[in-house]
Amino acid sequence: MKSFLGQRAIASAISLVALIVLVFFLSRLTGDPTTLYLPVDASLESREQFRKLHGLNDPLIVQFGRYVGDLIRLDFGESIRRSEPALDAVLRAFVWTLQLAVITMALVTAAAIVLGSLAAFKVGGLFDRIATFFSLIGASAPDFWIAIVAIVIFSVNLGWVPTSGTGSVWHWILPISVLFIRPFGLILQIVRGSMITALSSAYVKTARAKGVRNRPIIFVHALRNAMLPVITVIGDQAAALLNGAVVVETVFGFPGVGKLMIDSILQRDFTVVLAAIFVTAVAIFLMNILIDILYAVLDPRIRY
Amino acid sequence: MAVSENSGTIPETPPAWLSILKMLWRDKFALCAAVFLTVIVLCAIFGPMFLEDQAMRNNLRGRNAPPFDFSKDWKFWLGGDALGRPLLARIIVAAQNTMMVAAGAVLFSMAIGTGLGLIAGYTSKLGSQIIMRLADVIMSFPSLLLAVIVLYMLSPSVTNLIIVLAITRIPVYLRTTRAEVLEIRERMFVQAAQVMGASTWRIVFRHILPVVFPTLVTIATLDFAFVMLAESSLSFLGIGIQPPEITWGLMVAQGRPYLTNAWWLSFMPGLAIILTTLSLNLLSNWMRTALDPVQRWRLEIARKKK
Amino acid sequence: MSHLLEVRNLTVDFHTAQGTVHAVRDVSWHLDRGECLAILGESGSGKSVSASAIMNLIDCPPGEIVTGEILFEGADLLKKSGEERRQLNGKRIAMIFQDPLSHLNPVYTVGFQIEEIMTAHGWPADKARARCLELLERVGIPDFANKVDAYPHQFSGGQRQRLMIAMALALKPDILIADEPTTALDVTVQAQILALLEELQRETGMGLLLITHDLGVVAEVADRVVVMNSGQIVETGSAAEVYRAPAHPYTKKLIGAVPGGGDMAQPLDTGIAPILEINGLSKHYGAFAALDNASLTVLPGETVAIVGESGSGKSTLAKCLLRLEEASMGEALWQGRDLVTMPARDLFEMRRDIQMVFQDPTQSLNPRMSVYQIISEAWAIHPDILPKPQWKERVRDLLEQVGLSADHMFRYPHQFSGGQRQRIAIARALALEPKLIVCDEAVSALDVSIQAQVIELLTRLQDELGLSYLFIAHDLPLVRDFAHRVVVMQGGRIVEQGPVAQIFDAPRMNYTRNLMAASLHPDPEVQAERRAARDAIKEAS
Repeated sequence: MKSFLGQRAIASAISLVALIVLVFFLSRLTGDPTTLYLPVDASLESREQFRKLHGLNDPLIVQFGRYVGDLIRLDFGESIRRSEPALDAVLRAFVWTLQLAVITMALVTAAAIVLGSLAAFKVGGLFDRIATFFSLIGASAPDFWIAIVAIVIFSVNLGWVPTSGTGSVWHWILPISVLFIRPFGLILQIVRGSMITALSSAYVKTARAKGVRNRPIIFVHALRNAMLPVITVIGDQAAALLNGAVVVETVFGFPGVGKLMIDSILQRDFTVVLAAIFVTAVAIFLMNILIDILYAVLDPRIRY
Repeated sequence: MAVSENSGTIPETPPAWLSILKMLWRDKFALCAAVFLTVIVLCAIFGPMFLEDQAMRNNLRGRNAPPFDFSKDWKFWLGGDALGRPLLARIIVAAQNTMMVAAGAVLFSMAIGTGLGLIAGYTSKLGSQIIMRLADVIMSFPSLLLAVIVLYMLSPSVTNLIIVLAITRIPVYLRTTRAEVLEIRERMFVQAAQVMGASTWRIVFRHILPVVFPTLVTIATLDFAFVMLAESSLSFLGIGIQPPEITWGLMVAQGRPYLTNAWWLSFMPGLAIILTTLSLNLLSNWMRTALDPVQRWRLEIARKKK
Repeated sequence: MSHLLEVRNLTVDFHTAQGTVHAVRDVSWHLDRGECLAILGESGSGKSVSASAIMNLIDCPPGEIVTGEILFEGADLLKKSGEERRQLNGKRIAMIFQDPLSHLNPVYTVGFQIEEIMTAHGWPADKARARCLELLERVGIPDFANKVDAYPHQFSGGQRQRLMIAMALALKPDILIADEPTTALDVTVQAQILALLEELQRETGMGLLLITHDLGVVAEVADRVVVMNSGQIVETGSAAEVYRAPAHPYTKKLIGAVPGGGDMAQPLDTGIAPILEINGLSKHYGAFAALDNASLTVLPGETVAIVGESGSGKSTLAKCLLRLEEASMGEALWQGRDLVTMPARDLFEMRRDIQMVFQDPTQSLNPRMSVYQIISEAWAIHPDILPKPQWKERVRDLLEQVGLSADHMFRYPHQFSGGQRQRIAIARALALEPKLIVCDEAVSALDVSIQAQVIELLTRLQDELGLSYLFIAHDLPLVRDFAHRVVVMQGGRIVEQGPVAQIFDAPRMNYTRNLMAASLHPDPEVQAERRAARDAIKEAS
C-alpha cells in the first residue's frame, strides 16, 4: 500500500512536471512573452525593460532553469493587477472554490447513490423512468445557460435569492444548485447502470436465497460492489466540477479560483493564471490519490 | 437457453441494419433523438448556404422581436435579436460551427485515441507505459481549464479549438480501447488466430477492432455532447469562437445583457444546446443496450408486456 | 400423507426475444424428509427452473409462472406473500449453487456472510458468531478461527463450496437444494463435497434436492431421480432402477452416451518414428514451476491424452507447444526440428501442421465473423494452400466432413448450438490440413450426448486422415474410451504415463489411483464398490 502511494506520488509529480514544461514552452514559443505578462497597451520601452529585468533575452534553457527554480520556491511572481504575490490571491480564492466543490459533491454523491439505487431496483418502473428522464436532462444541461435562466427566474423575477456575491447562506443556494445538476445527472446514470449489473449478479441471488431483506440486499450487498466503477466517475466529476466552477463562478460573481482565472485572462495577468493552474493541478492530483485509497478500502481484492 | 443439437436448422436472421431500425422504432425516445439529430445535421450542412445573409442582416424594425409571433416571416418565429436579426435563422446557421467543432474534435480524438490504445494494448510494456502516463497527464487536468489556458496563449480560432478539445478527449478513447484490447487479446478466438499463424496486423484489424468498435461509437456519441458543452462554455466565456462567427454558446453570451427584457435571446440557443445534448445522450444510452448482446433483449421484447 | 415438498403441474414461461420459451411444462415431483432426490438433465432442459421457483428467484418479467403449485408442508408457496417466503428462504429451505466464487459476495468477509443468514432471521450477533465458528469447523475449514475474517477470493474452489454449505446449513433447514454443487470442481474435491453433503444430510435428516447433469453424481448420492428433457419430465424412479431399466428413449440415449464403458484402444506399434518428441519442457513464472521437466512422445495417428486436475500444468504444456507461451527450458521436436527455439519464419510454416481446438467454442469463434470467414481465414493467412476461387467449394466440403451442411456457411456462430460450434472449430483446424490437433478440454463444456458425437467425429477424422491428437482432459472415462496412451500430470510434473489399459487397469502411482477412485460411474452399484475402495484408500493412508 505504501509503495503504491509512493508510486502514485511519483506519477503525479511526473504529470505536474509535464504540465509545467508544457505551459513554459507554450508561453515562450507561441509569441512574444511580454504580450502575456504585460498589459496589451504597454509601450515598447516598458516591454524592453521588462525583458531585461526578467532575463527574457537569455537563452531559452537559462530561462527555463530560472522558471523551474522559482516554481520550486513556490514563487509565481507578483500579480501585475493586484499588488500582491500571485499565489496569495490564488490560495484565497481557492478556499472559496473548495468549499463550493466539497458541499456540492457531497450532496451530489448522496442524492445520486440513493436515487440511482432505487431506480435500478425496479428497472422500467415508474420511479426508474422519472429518475432516468431527469438525470438525462441534467446531464445534458449547459451549466452557463441554467445559471442565467436561474438568475432571471429566482433572483430577478421572484427575488428569492441574491444574484451574486458570498454574503449569506442565500448566496450559496443558486451556485450550488446549478453546479449540482450536471454531475448529479451523470453519476445517477452510472450508479443506476452499475447497480443493475450488481443486482443481477450471482451473490445477490445467494442473498435472496438466504432470506435477506430487500433493503440490505440493495444497500449492503449490491451497493458496495456497484460503488467501484462509480467512484472513478465521482473522481472525474469532482475534477470536472472545477470546469463547471469556472462558468458558474463567473456568472454568479463568486470569488473562487475559476472567476479569478477568467478575470486574470481577460486582464492578461499571466502570473496569476500560472499560479491558479498549478494550485488546481496539485488539488486534483491529491484527490486522485484519495480515490485510489478509497478503492482499496471498498474492495478487499485490490491490494497495491 | 441453448438451442438443442437436434433442432437442426436455425431460422435466418434479417440483415443487421433492418433489425437496428426495428429496435430504434421500439424505443420512441431514441427514435425522436435520432430524428432530431438528423434535422440538426441537415441544418448544419445546408443552413449557412441558404440563410447566411439573412442571419447576418440587421433589421431595426425587428429588434428584440418577441418569439412565437407567427404573423411574421418563419425566420422570426423564435424572435429577433438585439440587432433585429432573425433568431431561428441564426440558430440554424450557428449549428454549423457548433457541430463542426464538436464533430472535428470527436473524430480527431477518436482516431488518435483508438490508434494509441491499440498500440498500448498490443505492444511492449515500455511503449504502453509511456502512452498511459501521457494519458494520465491529460486526464488529471480538467479539460475546460486546459482549453482555457491553451486558448489564452494561442489565438481562439475554430482549428485551435478543435485541436485543443480533441487533445483533452484522447484519453477517453485511449483507455477504453486499451482496456478492451487487453481483454480481447486473451480471448480464445484471438489465440485461435495466432495458432493459425495470423500476423499481429491481421489480429488487430480483423479480430480486435471490430469487437471494440461498437463501444467506441457509443462513447463517441456521449462525448460529442460533452465536447459541444465544452465549446459552448468556452464561447460563452469569450475565449472560444470569436464574433462575427457564431455558435450557440456565443449566442447565449450575446443575449445575456438583454436577459430581463428579451429572455429569448439567451433562452433559445440554450434550448438548442440542451435538446441536442439530450438527444445524443438518449441515443448513446440506446446504443449501449442495442449493441450489447446481453442487454439487447430489453429492447427486443420492450413493450410487448404492457 | 403429504410430502415435505411437492411441486404440482408447474409451468414456467420465459418471454424472450425469439418469443416465449416454455422453460418447464407441467412438472410434478416431491421430496421427503431424509431423502435425496436428483433432477437430472442437460443444459436447457429446465432442470434448475423448479428450484428457482421454490426459492422465489425467478425474475418476473421475463419469467412467468403460468400454472401449478409448490406445496411446502402442505401450504402453497406461490400463494404466500414476498415477506412470508423470505422468512422461509434460508431458514426452512436453503440453497447452494454452482460456481461458489461468483455466488459469494467478493467484498465481504465469509464470516459476515455466514452470520448474515442468521441475523436476517432474527438471531443476535454474538450467537450468530458462535454458530458460524461451529459451522466452519464442521465443514472442515482449516484454521477456521482466523479464516472467518478472510474474503472469498482467499479460499480454494473446494473450500468455497464448503463455505456455501456452512452458510446454507446454519439454521438447520428442512430442505437443501444443491444446484450443480460440484460442477467445475476437480474429481477428488467433488468426491469430498458429495461425501460432506451426505454426512450432513444423515446428521440433520433434511431433504436434499440435487440438480445435476452428471449421471455419476446421481449414482453416488441420489435415492430417487427425475430425468428432464426440454422442460418436461421424461422419467422418474429410484436411481438404480432408472439406470438399469430406463423406460424412456431419452434416458436410454443419455445412459448410452456416458463414456467409460467401451473397449480400450490397443497401443500403436512403437516401431514407428514419433511425429512429436517433447524433452524436459519447463515453464517457470518466477520461482513457481507451472510445467516442470515434461517429456513425452506422440506417434503418427495416435491419440495421447493428458489428464490431471486444475493446476496440473496440462494447459501450460499445450500453450508452450503452440508457442502461445514461451517455454523456459527444454525442447519439443516436431519431425526433428525444435518448436521452442524455431525462428518466426519457420514457425509460420509449422503452424499448418499443428492446430488446436479450444475448450469453449462460444469463445473460440469470433462472434462477428461468418462461418465462411472463420474457416477461410486459414487460407487468407496461408495463401499457398488454396487459391481463392476454390475457397467456397472447400468450406462446403469441410462443413460436410464435420457433419454440418453447406447452407450453414454464411451464418454466424451465435446461431449454432454448442456442439455445432465445436464442429465449426474442428473444421477450422482441418482447413490447414494439419498432422496434429491439440484438443484443450475440447468437449468439457458440452453435454454428454453431444460429447459422444464430437468424440465420434474426432475418431472418424483420425481414421480418414491419419491425424494425431494431443487430448487434454480432466474427464477420465472419456479418455479411457478415446486415447491410445495416457499421461497423468500433477503439480506441473508428469507422474505416470503408459498405454491406456495399463493406466486404467493397473495404475502404479498413488495419485493416479486416487484419481481413478474419485471419478464417478453412472451405475449406482459400481459406484458403491468404488466408494468402498475409496474408503479403503483413505483408511490405509
